[in-house]
Amino acid sequence: MKENYRKERIARGIKARSDDIYALTSYREMWYLLFPRLIPIVGIALAAYFLPLYWKKVAITTCVFAMLAVSWDFLSSCGMLSLGQALFFGIGSYTAGSLNHYLGLPVYLTIPIATVVGGLLSTILLLPVIRLRGIYFAMITLILPLMIMRLVEATKILGGTEGLTGLSPFPNVWVEITLILAAMWASLFGLRRFIASDYGLIFVSIRDNDRATMASGINIYAFKAQALFIGSSICAFCGAFMTHSYQFTGMPVFAMEFSILPIAAAAIGGIGTLAGPLVGACILVPLSEFLREFGTLRIVFYGFILVICVVALPEGIFHYASRKYNEMERWVKLE
Amino acid sequence: MLVYGLINSAVLAVMALGFNLTFGISGVANFAYGAIYVVSGFLTWTLINHLDLPYALSAILTIIIIGVFGGLIYKLIIRRIRGLVISEVIATLGISIVILEFLRYVGFIGFKYSLPVFIKGSVEIFDAYVDIQRFFIIVLGILLITGLYLFTHHTKIGLAFRGIAQEEHTSLSLGINPDRIASFSMGLGSSLCAFAAIVILPLGTITVDSGYDVLINALSVCIVGGLGSTFGVIIASFIIGYAQTITATYLSPHWTIIVSLCAILIILAIKPSGLLGHQKELEERV
Repeated sequence: MKENYRKERIARGIKARSDDIYALTSYREMWYLLFPRLIPIVGIALAAYFLPLYWKKVAITTCVFAMLAVSWDFLSSCGMLSLGQALFFGIGSYTAGSLNHYLGLPVYLTIPIATVVGGLLSTILLLPVIRLRGIYFAMITLILPLMIMRLVEATKILGGTEGLTGLSPFPNVWVEITLILAAMWASLFGLRRFIASDYGLIFVSIRDNDRATMASGINIYAFKAQALFIGSSICAFCGAFMTHSYQFTGMPVFAMEFSILPIAAAAIGGIGTLAGPLVGACILVPLSEFLREFGTLRIVFYGFILVICVVALPEGIFHYASRKYNEMERWVKLE
Repeated sequence: MLVYGLINSAVLAVMALGFNLTFGISGVANFAYGAIYVVSGFLTWTLINHLDLPYALSAILTIIIIGVFGGLIYKLIIRRIRGLVISEVIATLGISIVILEFLRYVGFIGFKYSLPVFIKGSVEIFDAYVDIQRFFIIVLGILLITGLYLFTHHTKIGLAFRGIAQEEHTSLSLGINPDRIASFSMGLGSSLCAFAAIVILPLGTITVDSGYDVLINALSVCIVGGLGSTFGVIIASFIIGYAQTITATYLSPHWTIIVSLCAILIILAIKPSGLLGHQKELEERV
């Protein structure tokens, strides 16, 4: 039977589609575009606002990891394969923590300062090795968080092994949720719009062929530094946020988990889409809550997911789903 | 201190050789290296203490098993994604995490896991007591390096190794199967790693965390020496070995790992191909 038929794929798309602005002609088209975006927005907001307190915290953690994953994906779509989101996360966390602990600044000041300063510090730290790419950059970013951890341990600065405790919390859980939700959507949709702009195109071109980009007269190192700043600022924000959420900062913020989980989320969701990592995080983090009773076996589980995803499912969920959503498939009889 | 530095260098060289071999030949940076190191330590321990095998036999068994295991990792996982840098890194790191955290889960934590030393006793040199085991490491390291040199330069499969490392397409046309060679190199690299583990681990206890340290040390030595260059590895292990010993003496042992990290940073910032790396790689990878 299959000899006589073939599968045809047609783009379902909307009727008129200009480059940047969608020309919408009907409610159906608007709904078609809006529907996939509304599901996660409404879903996560519902989960964050209406579930019991414990699951509220889980939803917040999900948002944080989603932001880390989105920023990982952003960096990787600028050609920088980072294995150390924990570095950016930890720097942001320690900045906010020490500002609050030593200077007594309130939450509303420490978080913005930590975002900017954390981003700057991470960028400066990685500036000497910004020429590297691929495995070399990955090695450096994998090693740096471990190094800072050892440094904190060896010099006993910033609270040493115990960390800084008793930091000021958020006024209430609603503020916390609203803040992280807003930040997550802003970073996701902002970065998507950003990548699609002319300016963001340079980042993609650096990933695709940095020699050619260099040859066309663009200073790729300056652009890489900017991308690094944007990506690490997002992570630093997450770090600062978590610091105040847990009222604690310490060496665990440089833990492997903060590096691995975002990558696992991106690998599941689909690398290079920015929305894929979010989907991945929404799957992985609640799942890991269910697996909490297994203790450290959770990390084994992430590792397995990573390996399996990379080998067997390189496409990721998001690519698959969006293809299914945007295409009609039908069997066509061959003449 | 001079003696300690020499010993430390030999330890580092033995550790890094396996990593370097795999990277130089198949181009796969094996982030699971530290995990393999720890696994071989535990495997030997289990063979000795639970199956009551003699020490030499269990060491040889471990080397063989780990070698096969490394080859299998290549066949099952890395072969499918070879050449895609992101996937390679993520997959090997994933393997490493699976292994290490699984060991942690199973309960290989604590101080009771240590291998017996080959030769007990110590000698006094320049007012410092040194275990004979450490001299043993130096001797074995030299033997290993010589053996590896003879292997790659004078046997057929070793020459095929070098061919693949230099020009894969030409070797293909000469009838060399790159996949087979690469998986063999991965196996050999893992065996070397197991060997290093068996030789070095009797000096301390086996912990899961040492896996990450070994990975960092191997990486730093290989990067400083130039990835894929055996002679570079030896020089780099001397540099880093002495630097670590000096910092451990004058500051504190906490700082040793920071020294190797700083070495990586400095070398990568100044000469990314390493001290003795090839210029071609500089252009390709940086």
